[in-house]
Amino acid sequence: MAYLTDRKRALGMGSAKSGTAHFWSMKVSAVALLILIPLFVFTFGAALGGTYEEVLAYYAKPFPAIIAALTLTVGFKHFNDGAQVMIEDYVHGLAQKLSIILMTCLSYGAAAVGLFAIARIAL
Amino acid sequence: MVQLTLPKNSRMTSGKTWPKPEGAKNLKQFQIYRWNPDDGKNPAIDTYFVDMDSCGPMILDALIKIKNEIDPTLTFRRSCREGICGSCAMNIDGINTLACTYGVDEVSGTVKIYPLPHMPVVKDLIPDLTHFYAQHASIQPWLETKTAAPAKEWKQSIDDRAKLDGLYECIMCACCSTSCPSYWWNGDRYLGPAALLHAYRWLIDSRDEATGERLDELEDPFKLYRCHTIMNCAKTCPKGLNPAAAIANIKKMMVERTI
Repeated sequence: MAYLTDRKRALGMGSAKSGTAHFWSMKVSAVALLILIPLFVFTFGAALGGTYEEVLAYYAKPFPAIIAALTLTVGFKHFNDGAQVMIEDYVHGLAQKLSIILMTCLSYGAAAVGLFAIARIAL
Repeated sequence: MVQLTLPKNSRMTSGKTWPKPEGAKNLKQFQIYRWNPDDGKNPAIDTYFVDMDSCGPMILDALIKIKNEIDPTLTFRRSCREGICGSCAMNIDGINTLACTYGVDEVSGTVKIYPLPHMPVVKDLIPDLTHFYAQHASIQPWLETKTAAPAKEWKQSIDDRAKLDGLYECIMCACCSTSCPSYWWNGDRYLGPAALLHAYRWLIDSRDEATGERLDELEDPFKLYRCHTIMNCAKTCPKGLNPAAAIANIKKMMVERTI
């Protein structure tokens, strides 16, 4: 056991002077998703049940394609921010850093795959 | 990594069942956490029976009666017996509260009493609050001014004074912080609801001139932003305060000075 004073233990390495940007970014993406998810559900619902050609034609229109692209991008950004908070909560040390890197790769990877698929259909 | 199971030497065992008092008609059963650092044994749950016809109405009355009449080795903190010192904070019937203000009749069936959760135990119902107090000290819970002290008092309007209501009443009993899962997992770095409530009390004090420095010190992913508005703190506070609202207001101040 290290001979640290109680005060030094409580102060640790001091304040990181960050965290508000992450907090605010999650609020912004949450509000954006509040609007985007209903729009995505309605546009996706309109294409449901159609033939392959009908769905392709529907997602070739700008509005459904842009809504889907925005939902994917903002959704995975929000997911990544939230998952990082959860990892920070429960995982510590080197595993924490590796998990955050892995989660970031997965989130942006999934968003990129989704955007590529939408672009293939829409363009 | 978060540890979800108790370490080997913290696992509970069944303890002693103390004899029922003779001739008693109104018995209440108490199961109380016992741990003695000197005997090298695991914690145990002892069972006591208290004659409520000759006992005061509060949990603390029953604990004192047990200590006086049944088992003098039972160890707990107590002082004011009127909810102002915060010494007798413990986990009663699953709720962190003060033994002196919690009625025995509020618990149906057996009364189960444990020390405050997730803190190192000194003995029996006494948690080690060293780190909790050091965190409180770290937010500098006193008036910080840069202007030379006035000849008389620092003046404050009635409206500004009213902003401190619901904050200054905190007695630092640690019920809120020890009910917070974020504090359980990251209590070494997260300041916890009690320290943050006190931080907010000084942040909104109209006389304090260190608002910026205080916000600087709090702006940290762990010190402040581990609060996920779980609200256990507000639910359990024996003084009816709302530390979660105070923390939300600190976050608002952080955003306000950024955007």
